[in-house]
Amino acid sequence: MKKTLFDKVWDSHVVRRIDQGPDVLFIDRHMIHEVTSPVAFLGLKNRNLSVLYPERTFATADHNTPTLNQHLPVADPLSRNQLKALEENATAHGISYWGLGHQKNGIVHVVGPEYGITQPGATIVCGDSHTSTHGAFGAIAFGIGTSEVEMVLATQCIMQPKPKKMRITINGKLNHGVTPKDVALYIISKLTTSGATGYFVEYAGEVFQQLSMEGRMTVCNLSIEMGARGGMIAPDEKTFTYIKGREFTPKGADWDKAMKYWSTLHTDEGAAFDKEITFDGSDIDPMITFGTNPGMGMSITKAIPKAELMEGGAATYKKSLDYMGYSEGETMLGKPIDYVFIGSCTNGRIEDFRAFAQVVKGHKKNENVTAWLVPGSHKVLNAIKEEGLLEIFEAADFKLREPGCSACLAMNDDKIPAGKYAVSTSNRNFEGRQGPGARTLLASPLVAAAAAITGKITDPRTLI
Amino acid sequence: MAYDSFHILQSTAVPLPIENVDTDQIIPARFLKATERKGFGDNLFRDWRYNQDDTPKTDFVLNNATYSGKILIGGHNFGSGSSREHAAWAIYDYGFRCVVSSFFADIFRNNCLNIGVLPVQVSPSFLATLFHAIETDPSAELLVDLPQQTVTLKATGQSEPFEINSYKKENLLNGYDDIDYLNNIKPEIVNFAAQTPL
Ligand code: SF4
Repeated sequence: MKKTLFDKVWDSHVVRRIDQGPDVLFIDRHMIHEVTSPVAFLGLKNRNLSVLYPERTFATADHNTPTLNQHLPVADPLSRNQLKALEENATAHGISYWGLGHQKNGIVHVVGPEYGITQPGATIVCGDSHTSTHGAFGAIAFGIGTSEVEMVLATQCIMQPKPKKMRITINGKLNHGVTPKDVALYIISKLTTSGATGYFVEYAGEVFQQLSMEGRMTVCNLSIEMGARGGMIAPDEKTFTYIKGREFTPKGADWDKAMKYWSTLHTDEGAAFDKEITFDGSDIDPMITFGTNPGMGMSITKAIPKAELMEGGAATYKKSLDYMGYSEGETMLGKPIDYVFIGSCTNGRIEDFRAFAQVVKGHKKNENVTAWLVPGSHKVLNAIKEEGLLEIFEAADFKLREPGCSACLAMNDDKIPAGKYAVSTSNRNFEGRQGPGARTLLASPLVAAAAAITGKITDPRTLI
Repeated sequence: MAYDSFHILQSTAVPLPIENVDTDQIIPARFLKATERKGFGDNLFRDWRYNQDDTPKTDFVLNNATYSGKILIGGHNFGSGSSREHAAWAIYDYGFRCVVSSFFADIFRNNCLNIGVLPVQVSPSFLATLFHAIETDPSAELLVDLPQQTVTLKATGQSEPFEINSYKKENLLNGYDDIDYLNNIKPEIVNFAAQTPL
């Protein structure tokens, strides 16, 4: 039978099929962080269970961590307590733990690929919806809830019905100034935030083939924002070159064996999808969001659509624009902004900082803008220094912070104040996502950089 | 053992006719710092429910004594966003046992089922009927019948079937959870793992 990439990976991990019920799916690799794991460990304790395969779980601290003065004790007692719980649980169960200050520490979806934990053909889960990031390597990767974290710790399996399959094909060439983030925001704006709910997506076509591994990660990362369980891209030479020699990838004869399996990981010609969607790469512009969900995005040059053109409730749409302080029909270009945030598991990798540097080089940060530059990991931080990007940033009056989730979710100290506008390279513009009352505009590192030096929404193509 | 079993629920309902209610609204991230599953109900819909000075926002439905009950009715695409099970915990802890909507986000639906909250998906027109009925008469009761897989508006008898896979249904009826199941097939899993290198 002809199989899709998704079928191949899923089917080879089914321990048992339950009639009229979910599949029991074996999980190769499990990542945990401090927020969604403590209650799972508590559950194990209450049931008197141990961790079945501690070598298959990896722990990092990211959501709660401060991005300044990481050498000092964490000030917020609740955050400190949660970080301590992770450390204690990981240590007690023999799980590798890369806590605050550890050289391998960083955002869970940034460090996984960096150290080769992420591999083609693997099943990867984490109690975080952006686990979909790892699909860039041809893995099945998705976010789970805390009950499921407990299941994976105890049994290395979860129980899920097999999702339906969708393929999104984009051929053609991307225009100047259009980044992987714009591709993802474009897709979500077309499909809406629930357009792929119930599906697992495969991204195919020239545009994705041409993307770097980091670009593919950005696209797969945002799969969840259209409701998909996850998204994946067939592994190719780029994938193999990226992972070769990393700490947790196979070596020697094991590598050759793995390569044999990995080279089978593509959708067979003629395999069926439940839904196929096609776009043209040349239709995509630099994007920006104007509302309170990631589907409310558009070309940066366009005007905010009228309520009557929106599917679904006009009331919800208006509530959203009210929150943003925007009106139908307004153009986004030229609107003033207060904050810029570059970072997160979506755009906190070295290529994102290179893109940011490309725009700000030779300019100065606008004095009305507060900018937070937050690398996704220590590895990224070190690369920023080694490549000389730090000098470019400092010359332009930007400061670099230490790695963590930072302003992506308003759980640590980095919160956007109420009413302020933030151009963010992160993934969610929900009400209050970056702090109570904060107004988030999602965009690429190029758009963020252009906003940071001009103090307003600016088409980055005018600067590069 | 894992949670209270669910059979038939007859209750008034709290209407929240907003679309795309995301998990950051259900429980904002700054309230996710607990290491135990306790007290999340107090912060359910925190920023819609309270002003920044912690005084209640009088126009939000949870602050309106007219509406109460164990059923929450939400707009299309309820529970989108993050995988935080805390959202389902907050709903449970506040006292809801069932959420009705015309569409649920995947992870949220799973999380609910895993802790014994029943997500009931109805047609958009039935959802509109329910919102209208409750707006007209806040004391209107719904009957959610899991064995029969139906949801009924008591006053008029209008009813709709809902779907749930038979495995999850069995779990909810008995208060079992997936860990109970997986523990029972551990030898099979260990066997499988032996053939699956890291
Ligand atoms: S950066 Fe944001 S989305 Fe990514 S793991 Fe951290 S909080 Fe989640």
